[in-house]
Amino acid sequence: MNRQLGLYLLMAVLVAGLFLTASCAKKTVVSDGTTIEDQTQTAAEAAAAEAARKAELERIRQQELQEEAARKLAMEQARTEAAKTRFLNQNIHFEYDSSQLTDTARELLREKADWLKANPEHSIVIEGHCDERGTTEYNLALGDRRATAAKQYLQDLGIESFRMTTVSYGEERPLDPGQNEMAYSKNRRAQFVLK
Amino acid sequence: MTRRFLLSAVLFMLAGLFFMAPDRLTAAPYDTIQVSNPFLNKTPIALPAFKALTGSPAEMKIGADARDILESGLAFTGYLKPVNPNAFLADPSKTGIQMSQIKFSDWTGIGAELLVTGGIEEKDGQVKLEMRLFDTFNTQLLKGKVYTGPPDQVRRMIHLFCAEVSHALTGSWGVFASKLAFVSTVDGNKEIFVSDFDGHNPTRITRHKNISLSPAWSSDGQWLAYVTYAGGKPDIYIRGLEQDQSTVINREGMNITPAWMPGKEVLAAALSFSGNQEIYLLTRKGEMITKVTSSWGINVSPQFSPDGGKLAFVSNRSGNPQIYIKDLTSSEVNRVTFQGKYNTSPAWSPDGKKMVYVGIEKNRIDLYLIRLDKGPGMPVQLTRDQGDNEDPAWSPDGNLIIFTSTRDGQGPGLFVMTAAGTDQRRLMKMPGRQTQPRWSKPMTYKE
Repeated sequence: MNRQLGLYLLMAVLVAGLFLTASCAKKTVVSDGTTIEDQTQTAAEAAAAEAARKAELERIRQQELQEEAARKLAMEQARTEAAKTRFLNQNIHFEYDSSQLTDTARELLREKADWLKANPEHSIVIEGHCDERGTTEYNLALGDRRATAAKQYLQDLGIESFRMTTVSYGEERPLDPGQNEMAYSKNRRAQFVLK
Repeated sequence: MTRRFLLSAVLFMLAGLFFMAPDRLTAAPYDTIQVSNPFLNKTPIALPAFKALTGSPAEMKIGADARDILESGLAFTGYLKPVNPNAFLADPSKTGIQMSQIKFSDWTGIGAELLVTGGIEEKDGQVKLEMRLFDTFNTQLLKGKVYTGPPDQVRRMIHLFCAEVSHALTGSWGVFASKLAFVSTVDGNKEIFVSDFDGHNPTRITRHKNISLSPAWSSDGQWLAYVTYAGGKPDIYIRGLEQDQSTVINREGMNITPAWMPGKEVLAAALSFSGNQEIYLLTRKGEMITKVTSSWGINVSPQFSPDGGKLAFVSNRSGNPQIYIKDLTSSEVNRVTFQGKYNTSPAWSPDGKKMVYVGIEKNRIDLYLIRLDKGPGMPVQLTRDQGDNEDPAWSPDGNLIIFTSTRDGQGPGLFVMTAAGTDQRRLMKMPGRQTQPRWSKPMTYKE
């Protein structure tokens, strides 16, 4: 009798175990469905993140482009400014008592002609100057001749004459007040001014 | 006219000739002028104290000032030498200033060939000056004049008498009735000034606050032409000094170096509207009359001969600046200067026989004189080793040359010398730098 009761008990436990196991297995299946749902959600998030990343990259690229453009513009402006400064500050020089254009002067004038072509909105005044080793009146005429020689050469290079006027300052406006050959050679010049 | 004065004058001229003659014995390119030339005998003139006619202290004071003005005025001529008053044996301010009251041997005894006595009377704010010029060796009254005016006009009265002295001795009124035009810097800008002949009473007549240059008197003294940058480039302005009228010549390019034709309202000037710097004749209104030069290159600084028949100018047609003369009737052109590579700024003497100009040799800017009436003569160097010397112009009587010099190291100032190059001295001191002096013809004297 006792042995039989024990057997029933064991069986009961086993059946229960079976039931329990069956119930567990069913639960796992349901659980799988949930996992699939979770996985779908993660893909969407990943796509969103990817889009954001791309947007960020695009934004950075755009910004870089803008910065590059700005840098290019700044460089362009600097270059333009430099070209303009060079145009205005680079004087052409002459020998004593001469209005002949030297080779260097011609080279500089060609550069100036390029600038004038690139900047058609500008008109200029060409000033003719002399050193002090001469007489006031003759130097006025010599300065006039120097300015005219520069203008004529620019005209030959295709610059419209109406964009250029000349004025002679003779020895009235030296760049360097010194009384030595260095100063004199600096002062014998044609100088370019924007109108 | 005294024989002695004539003798002095002849010696003076001979001395000039002597020093202007070509020196064939030396290889020096220029003749030299000795400043202490013993042949340049000046005529001694005695200028004793003026007599105060009523004896008031005011008269004494004005009289002393007047005598000083007289002394510097007559010394200015370059041919009169005031005798040192310490040598005087007589005092006309006490013994009398009239011919009958003068013992001429007192003056011949100390070598004074000429004597001026002055008397002064001051009454009711008016001054009366009694002036007499005597020839002591011939015991002759050469000139007697009475002037009346306010005390501040004493300077002018004395200079009127100086002009009379000049006229009595040389036949010319001298420089005393001339005005001087010149350029002076004001706050760094060149402006035109007009003053008395000796630089006194400078009056600024332009206020362009820019560069103004090259003042030129018309021969009647009514018009002053000059160059100014007031319009942004060198243009010629013609201004009426008596009447409020002006003209501007502002063609394209430069409009510079105006010069008046003697006796006419016509001027010559260098304009560059054609692209070349050419000389043209224009009316006072700026209308074109004719073109004078036609050469490639620079043509500038026209100066009419005193008779108006010729025009001297500077051209670089030979490769460097030289002086040429064009006969306006025959159109013949002759080169004047052959020495050196830089000769500019011609100035005709009033008798048309000589020309002073600027020459540059070895970086030194100096004045030279060349005779025009004796064929191609050798130039005489008038300035030497004394800074840069420029802008020569003659006094209307031809006795003096005014010029610009940097010799005292203070920047350019106005200087004067005799036509023989002697007695070089500074004319006056004023603030700024003075250049381009030009004497007018006498303004107040008519024969």
